[in-house]
Amino acid sequence: MAGYVTIDGIKVPIEGQRNLLEMVRQAGVDLPTFCYHSELSVYGACRMCVVEDARGQVISSCSTPPADGMAIRTNTPRLMHIRRMMLELYLANHCRDCTTCAKNGNCKLQELCARFGVDRVRFPAREATEPLDLSTPGIVRDNNKCILCGDCVRVCSEVQGIGAIGFAYRGSRARVTPAYNRSLGEVDCVTCGQCLAVCPTGALTVRPEVDRVWAALRNPNKRVVVQTAPAVRVAIGEAFGLEPGAISTGQMVGALRRLGFARVFDTSFAADLTTIEETHEFIERLQKGERLPQFTSCCPAWVKMAEQYYPEKLGQLSTCRSPQQMFGSVLKRFYARQEGIDPADLFVVSVMPCTAKKFEAQRPEFADGDVRDVDAVLTTQELARMIQSAGIIFSEVEEDSYDTPFGLATGAGVIYGASGGVATAVAREANWLLTGRRVTDLTLEPAPGQPGVMEAELEIGGRTVRVAVVSGLGNTRRLLADMDEGKVAYDIVEVMACPGGCAGGGGQPLPNETAQRKARARGLRAADKRQQIRFAQDNVLVKELYGQWLGEPNSHAAHQALHTGYGHRRRIAVEGEHTHGAPSLQVKVCVGTSCYLRGARDVLRRLSEEIEKQGLEATVDLAGAFCLERCDRGPNVVINGQEFNRVREDDVPHILRQALAAAPRQHAPASAVEGEGARGRVVECQ
Amino acid sequence: MIATVTELKQAQREYAACLERERTRILVCAGTGCIANGAMRIYEELTRLAAETGSLVDIDLLLEDEAREGSAVVKTGCRGFCAAGPLVHVEPAGVLYTHVKAEDAGEILQAALRGEVVERLVYRDPASGEPYPRPEAAPFYRRQTRQVLERCGAIDPERIEEYIAQGGYQALARVLREMTPEQVCQEVLASGLRGRGGAGFPTGKKWEFARVQQSDVKYVVCNGDEGDPGAFMNRSLMEGDPHRVLEGMIIAGYAIGASQGVFYVRAEYPLAVRRIRTAIAQAEEKGLLGDNILGSGFSFRASVKEGAGAFVCGEETALLASAEGERGMPRPKPPFPAVAGLYGRPTIINNVETLGNVAAIINNGAQWFRNLGTEKSAGTKTFALTGKVRNTGLVEVPMGCTLREMVFDIGGGIPGGKRLKAVQIGGPSGGCLPEEMLDLPLDYDTLQAKGAMVGSGGLVVIDEDNCIVEVARFFMQFIQNESCGKCVACREGTKQMLALLQKIVDGKATMEDLDLLEEVALVVRDASLCGLGKTAANPVLSTLRYFREEYLAHIQGRTCPAGVCAAFRHYAIDPEKCKGCGRCARACPAGAITGEVKKPYVIDQSKCAHCGACVDTCRFGAVEER
Repeated sequence: MAGYVTIDGIKVPIEGQRNLLEMVRQAGVDLPTFCYHSELSVYGACRMCVVEDARGQVISSCSTPPADGMAIRTNTPRLMHIRRMMLELYLANHCRDCTTCAKNGNCKLQELCARFGVDRVRFPAREATEPLDLSTPGIVRDNNKCILCGDCVRVCSEVQGIGAIGFAYRGSRARVTPAYNRSLGEVDCVTCGQCLAVCPTGALTVRPEVDRVWAALRNPNKRVVVQTAPAVRVAIGEAFGLEPGAISTGQMVGALRRLGFARVFDTSFAADLTTIEETHEFIERLQKGERLPQFTSCCPAWVKMAEQYYPEKLGQLSTCRSPQQMFGSVLKRFYARQEGIDPADLFVVSVMPCTAKKFEAQRPEFADGDVRDVDAVLTTQELARMIQSAGIIFSEVEEDSYDTPFGLATGAGVIYGASGGVATAVAREANWLLTGRRVTDLTLEPAPGQPGVMEAELEIGGRTVRVAVVSGLGNTRRLLADMDEGKVAYDIVEVMACPGGCAGGGGQPLPNETAQRKARARGLRAADKRQQIRFAQDNVLVKELYGQWLGEPNSHAAHQALHTGYGHRRRIAVEGEHTHGAPSLQVKVCVGTSCYLRGARDVLRRLSEEIEKQGLEATVDLAGAFCLERCDRGPNVVINGQEFNRVREDDVPHILRQALAAAPRQHAPASAVEGEGARGRVVECQ
Repeated sequence: MIATVTELKQAQREYAACLERERTRILVCAGTGCIANGAMRIYEELTRLAAETGSLVDIDLLLEDEAREGSAVVKTGCRGFCAAGPLVHVEPAGVLYTHVKAEDAGEILQAALRGEVVERLVYRDPASGEPYPRPEAAPFYRRQTRQVLERCGAIDPERIEEYIAQGGYQALARVLREMTPEQVCQEVLASGLRGRGGAGFPTGKKWEFARVQQSDVKYVVCNGDEGDPGAFMNRSLMEGDPHRVLEGMIIAGYAIGASQGVFYVRAEYPLAVRRIRTAIAQAEEKGLLGDNILGSGFSFRASVKEGAGAFVCGEETALLASAEGERGMPRPKPPFPAVAGLYGRPTIINNVETLGNVAAIINNGAQWFRNLGTEKSAGTKTFALTGKVRNTGLVEVPMGCTLREMVFDIGGGIPGGKRLKAVQIGGPSGGCLPEEMLDLPLDYDTLQAKGAMVGSGGLVVIDEDNCIVEVARFFMQFIQNESCGKCVACREGTKQMLALLQKIVDGKATMEDLDLLEEVALVVRDASLCGLGKTAANPVLSTLRYFREEYLAHIQGRTCPAGVCAAFRHYAIDPEKCKGCGRCARACPAGAITGEVKKPYVIDQSKCAHCGACVDTCRFGAVEER
């Protein structure tokens, strides 16, 4: 549409802007919003971006498309009054402990209240307080500070395709919560932290580990070493007034040393290890023609997603640990021995752009007994706070370089921090391994019809290798669906959960939007170019590590130290709301959607009737369970660990009789029904 | 199977001939109100007794055997006069019996067979005591124009044959045979029909918007999510004459080029859901729904979606979200549903009553419809008349009828000789109009100008015993509970308005609170996202506009003029009358009354909860209420 919209008397040409808000911003007016993000669907709920049209109607500019001849005003007394009242209403239902809030000084609500001079709240303070959700290692959810702008809900479902959180309840009791009021840790949340990047208030923040790190630094018995991820060096400066993407590796290393870290290492070193291991793995699979396409496994949020939704693809995931965990393993298993330190006294901190890395570090497999490979994970935000609280003036810190032996990294390791980096590094390595050629760049082009996917073709060793790079889990879901349908085919797929890759991780400094992410990725590519060594295989210190410890890539020792495995995560633990009294015989009926549609409700009702009829209320504990994930065989019933599939209403008396006969006098406790035991015996009813 | 227009005419003649062979037709009102009062037992008893006489017939028997005659007992939808239910109507005598009991069945049947009238069951006007055996003469019905509701109470809603016999689906036949979709839209536009759900948008215009959209799939959605407390117009129509609504929907589908219709009905209306489902199944069976309807080449299918009963789902965008299986929350408009509605396709959403008007407009012409109402608000409107009025029930009047006629002529006035204080119209987010406005014509524009709205048609009569602030508080409580919580204006604004109203009725408010209440109300009106939010402040704004002195009495005068708000009640024990029995002290839930036996007791005012339990227990009238 052509034409003009008159904004506060200024004519602004219509040039494809999606809504009035974009036009207003072009007219030089910073209209406030909480709920508008250009990457998310229009929501229209925060009522801050309201404008007045020629008829004096108040409309939200974010949801109104421009039309030629429209005339709007953005700052009439009425609009100013509305905005102030909205802010007052927000504050009325908001925990106002600003001074102790993690977002103090970085909060949109605080900022707008200051901007509009909201100097009092005439409504009584919020009565109810809700407990914090501390169920995941990466994210703190504080509903007392939620203003229900819905940004987190939309980013989780629209961008990440997870939908771990949604709205529940009505009116002033409305809130954002995982399904059935569970905690984040109990549901599908992959801790990617993208919700943190959009949350305007302190409702979603990084779960801090700063205090644990300070304690370790002050503990004379601990040797505290730190590794920093590639994406941190191009973002940490933002917390100190530098432009996004400015490379401040030197200052960061210097500051870390001033904080008291005994050794400062570069995660890019481990990224080179990952490149070598992953490329060898890929070539082997390629040659055998099995477990392809190979998916990268550096991103813990993607790995958790695959474990939840794509158990059939777990075999295709690279078994390589992520660089963070490879590094942890190297430090605790090799470096500690080399230095003559007890691994328990070596405290490994990693600084990551990512909240999911906190989850990854706590995975049970990445530990030797009580000694974790990585002891603490700080996000870029937390490191900035440590530097600030130590009073270190970042801009005046003398540039320093990483410590040997694990401070040497190649350009291939550095670009891990941006989407496409892992694929590029692997392509360089594969090219060299198979052809002996040194090809620096992987030319990635947008894949046609695949939003958020880049692709490339490589001619290696007489065959074409098809590479795909995807970031954003929603994009990943769509790509996987298209691959399953045979619409597209690739040999290797790099997956990063956060749009743009680690540069836009959930732990990066705020604002953390597309502009910042792009600048950081540019910074990383520039850093790669600046690096003298750009191929992982040229990292002499990595070579030394193989020589001294691991032997060959993909050797048994390398597998022990650098690889891992994956398991199917059932989305929701199998337990239900009790509908009957004292338990003895545990009967669970799946009332998930699929079973429900197949008649689970009738089965549940019939069971309830039979139990009543036979007077078994005291012996049978009947419960509805939510999705036993045997959807193709529903309706499903589990009785004391024995699974019955395709149960019809008429089967109920029979299976109940059978179960009662088989049940021991002392029935198994509830816990015996969970986990793999529940899979032990399976009975098909039809 | 009715495959052509000719066959439909034939079917009409055949079914009508059958019904004529019902020598006696006893119609038992089976609306929800009468069922609650035992109508089904009456129906069963009448059926049993009629069967004993050997004369019981139903339409199946009459269709099977052309020679057969007999008496029919029919369950109908709501006749509207719920205050006088259960109702039984006898044809051809045209007698209406009120307050019928199952024991009366024999007497009614015998009288009907003999062509006599059971005098004692005939409706009597409570004021004059005059009997009104024929309902059309009774004050409740006399002033009504039952057009949309014409068949409610007159036919068996679960029999498509009865609907066809009375000319049903002829409008559809005419549209399919004689009119282009554009002509249908024009005809509806020319009739002046406006949306009966509340906002009053011209229906023809809405259809035309959707008609011109290019899309392979379009939808017609019938909004049956009537959520106003006390309103039951849509429910009654769906229960009483479901085919009328369905016919309107099919015509709408033809007009806009839709192939699918969805009835969104709240699950709390199980009978309406069942009857609409039955109607759909019957219409499918007769070939009036499905492929190539009446040989026209037009195909249309309909289904029912039950809503979980959230008030906000009556708002069209929230309704669409809910119908798609999402949380029922409105979204900003544009895009309007006519452009991107259900599943992103062009969709019209019409209220049950709007669709209920369509067939009659086609049959009788646009001009006929215009003649029924006022210039800008054509046709009739159904209302659910409740509150402090003698004749509560479902009524239908021409647009432009005055509130005075509604309350005093149809409603029979206020019981107990009380004075009318206000009429609350338009549901919870409507407004309260004072007595001075009783002579205003009921139409969209007048009501809107006065700060109320037609809404879906709730009409609550408030008398001098009701506290207007408490009424506003009650409605605000409802709105706050039903706000979806999406936009801050409605979510937090209604909460704060409710808290401020509570403060006023609790006697704790200051003038600053009143100013703040008004300030919040105006902002909520201006800044809310959806229709519910934009009207959420109406209970406050309209009562402040017309009853500000009652607010001031609470705040400045420290009194509730209606004597409703407990906070302003003051109890004291008259030591002269008190015998010192201690009953009041034992009854007092607040422990505010103390004393020694056989000496006068006293009430500690600081502890008194103003419940009045002491007044009720005192045998000596010693507790005084001020």
